[in-house]
Amino acid sequence: MTKKLTIQDLAAMRDKTRSLTVLRDGAGRAKVTVHMGTCGIAAGARDIMETLLEEIRSRGLQDVIVTTSGCAGLCNREPMATVEIKDQPPVKYVRLTPDKMRRVIAEHVLDGRIVAEYALAVGSETMY
Amino acid sequence: MKHHRAHLLVCAGTGCVSCGAFDVKTALKKEIERRGLADEILVVATGCNGFCEKGPIVLVRPDDIFYQRLSVDDIPLLVEEHLIKGRPVARLMYTPPADTKPVPKMADIEFFRHQRLIVLRNRGRIDPEKIEEYIAYDGYQAMAKALTEMTPEEIIAEISASGLRGRGGAGFPTGKKWDLCRKEKASPKYLICNGDEGDPGAFMDRSVLEADPHAVLEGMVIAARAISAARGFIYIRNEYPLAIQRLDIAIRSAREFGLLGENILGSGFDFDVEIVRGAGAFVSGEETALIASIEGQRAAPRQRPPYPAQSGLWGQPTTINNVETWANVPSIIRRGAAWFAGLGTETSKGTKVFSLVGKINNTGLVEVPMGIRLDEIVNNIGGGIPNGRKFKAVQIGGPSGGCIPTELLDLPVDYESLTRAGAMMGSGGMIVMDEDTCMVDIALYFLRFTQEESCGKCAPCRIGTRRMAEILAGIAAGEGRPGDIEKLEELAWTVKRGSLCGLGQTAPNPVLSTLRYFRDEYRAHIEDKTCPARVCKNLISFAIDPEKCVGCLLCLKACPVNAIAGERKKVHVIDQALCIKCGACFTACPVKIGAVSKLTGEKGRALVPEATRATTS
Repeated sequence: MTKKLTIQDLAAMRDKTRSLTVLRDGAGRAKVTVHMGTCGIAAGARDIMETLLEEIRSRGLQDVIVTTSGCAGLCNREPMATVEIKDQPPVKYVRLTPDKMRRVIAEHVLDGRIVAEYALAVGSETMY
Repeated sequence: MKHHRAHLLVCAGTGCVSCGAFDVKTALKKEIERRGLADEILVVATGCNGFCEKGPIVLVRPDDIFYQRLSVDDIPLLVEEHLIKGRPVARLMYTPPADTKPVPKMADIEFFRHQRLIVLRNRGRIDPEKIEEYIAYDGYQAMAKALTEMTPEEIIAEISASGLRGRGGAGFPTGKKWDLCRKEKASPKYLICNGDEGDPGAFMDRSVLEADPHAVLEGMVIAARAISAARGFIYIRNEYPLAIQRLDIAIRSAREFGLLGENILGSGFDFDVEIVRGAGAFVSGEETALIASIEGQRAAPRQRPPYPAQSGLWGQPTTINNVETWANVPSIIRRGAAWFAGLGTETSKGTKVFSLVGKINNTGLVEVPMGIRLDEIVNNIGGGIPNGRKFKAVQIGGPSGGCIPTELLDLPVDYESLTRAGAMMGSGGMIVMDEDTCMVDIALYFLRFTQEESCGKCAPCRIGTRRMAEILAGIAAGEGRPGDIEKLEELAWTVKRGSLCGLGQTAPNPVLSTLRYFRDEYRAHIEDKTCPARVCKNLISFAIDPEKCVGCLLCLKACPVNAIAGERKKVHVIDQALCIKCGACFTACPVKIGAVSKLTGEKGRALVPEATRATTS
C-alpha cells in the first residue's frame, strides 16, 4: 500500500484494524466459548468451531470473540458452546450441529434472542 | 488481517529475543500450521512486555493467560492443551517467588497489577512493525488533531498545562522548552530525539523504541508543528540494533502512509525525520555533545547558554527531548492536559518508566505513577530480594544518581524527593542492592564508569573524577588513610560545581550519596581494614570450618588455582597464600553444609600466614 492517508482514511483504518485486534483487550460485545475437552472434540466440537469462525468471517462480525475451554462436565450433551453477550448472563447450548450453531449466531449473537430449544441453562463455569 | 479466535502475543523485545523468543515464535507458527489452526490463531511479535526476567514470554488473548520462560520443546504441548483443548498449561505459567500456585492471568500478576501505562500502553499489545496496529489503538489521532484543529500556541499550552517534564533526567518543563524554541526568530529549526541511553542497567528508551516507535514519531511531528520545524533527527546508539531496525521500518511506513514527509495528512504541513547512529559514548547523552555528534564532530559538550533552544544544531534553534518524553506527547494531546495532570504529584505529573534490575526477583521494565512509594516498586512490583537476603539500597539514576537506603523506602518517587534524598530521577535506571553489596565498591564502580566516559574537555571532570577513583580504589584495597573521606568530599563538591556539563556535575553523586548514608562502611574500610559486606578482595579471606567440612571435594574441584588441599571424607584446608578470593569455594559448598565462610577483619587476618601478613594489613 502506498497510499497517502487523509484524516478520514486514518479514522477508517483505525476502526477496521481495531475490530480485528479487539480480542487482545479481552473485551468484545459477545464471546462464544466452544467446549473442547476430549469429549467435546470427539463429538464434533472442531466442526462447531469451524462453522463459528466461518460465520463470523462471512458475516463480517468484528466484535465477537471466540475462545475455547475444557470439558464442561456434561459429556453426553457435547458438543457444547457458551454464548455471552456483554452485560448479560452466559447461555450454554448443548448437542450442537453446524446448522444449530449458525442459528445461534443469527438469533442470539446478532439479534439477542436466546434459542431456548438448544439451551441447557443460563450460567457458566468459572474460567480463568 | 483476518478475524481470528486467538492472538498469541510473543514478546520480541531484546531481552526475550536473546533468550530465544524468535525460535519460540517460529515453533509456535509451525505447530499451529501443522494442527491446521493457521486460520484461527494469529501469532504476533510485539515489543518488550516488560517482565524481562521471565522471557521468552507469550500472552494468549483473549484469555489473558501469561506464559513465561518458554522453550521450543514446550510449544507442542501448549498448542495441544491450550489452543485445541482449551486447557491452559499451569506448568508454563508464572508462580510468584513466595508462592507455589501459579497466577494464570497477566492482569492478576503483581508485577503488572501496580503499573499504569501511558508511555508503554502499546507494549506487548501491538506489532511495532505494523503501522496499522498502531493506528488501531488511536495512533496518529493526536497528530491529526494537532495539525488540523490546534494552533502552535494551543499545542504548547496543552503540553505546559499537563505538567510534563523531561524524562531524560533533569526534569525541565517540556512545554517551556518548546515555547522558548518557538519564540526564536531564526529558521530553519530542528527537532532531536535523544535516544543515547548509556546508564549501566538502563533500557527504557530502547524498549520504548522497540515496542512503540510510532509513538515517538507522532510526538515529534506534534512538536515540529508547535515550533515550526521541518526536519528532525533521532539519535540512537548503535548498540541498539533492534530499536534502530524497528524505527527504520516505522519511519518508512509512516512516509508511505503520508504521516511523515510532505503535506502530512493533507494538512499542508511538512516534516521528516532521519536516524543518526551514535557510537555509544555516555557523554553523547548530554544535549550539546549529542548535537556536536550529529554535526559530525567529536561528542564534546559546550558551555550553556546559549541553550539549544536558542542555538543548537548548526547554530539553529533546536528542541531536544528524550525518547520517553516524546512518547508521552501523543496521549497528552489526544486525551488532554487535565487527564495527564490527574496522575502523579503536585510537581511531577504522569508516569515514569523504570528499568528494575540488580538483586530483585522481578527484573524488568515498569511504568508507575509519579509519587509511588519506592517500597511498592521494590516489594510489590519487584517481588522483593531473592535468596532471602535483605534489601540494602537502590541506586536510582545511574552514574548521575545516588543510593537510597532502607530507611527511605517510604520515599515517594518524584523529581524533588529523589533530589532531596541525594539521588536523581535520571533516565530511570533502578539498581537494587542487597546486603552483600559493598557501598565503597559500588561508588568505585560508578566513578570508574564516569571517569572512563569523561570527554576530558574540562579539568574538574577529567582530573577530579580520576583522583576520586584513585582514593576510592585505595580505600577498597585496604590502603585508605584518615582524611580520605574529607578529601573525597572536597573533590566531589569541586567536580560538581566546576564541571562544564551534566556528566561532571553529577559524577560525584554516587560517592556523595553513599557517604551520606553509609559513612560507617567507608570508616570500616579505612580504620578497621574491614569490608562489612565482605566484597573488597584485599580485606576478606575464605576459610573452611573443620567441624562442618564433610570432605566432599566440591570446593576443591571448584577452586581455579588449586589453593585447596584435602581428600575425600577428610577436612579440606585453603592455602591463603595461593587463594585469589574468587569465592568459587564459597559458592560450591552446599548451603546445608555451609563449611566455607567469608571473613573480614581480625578473624580473616588471622588466617593469613605470618610472612605475608605485614604487607596485607
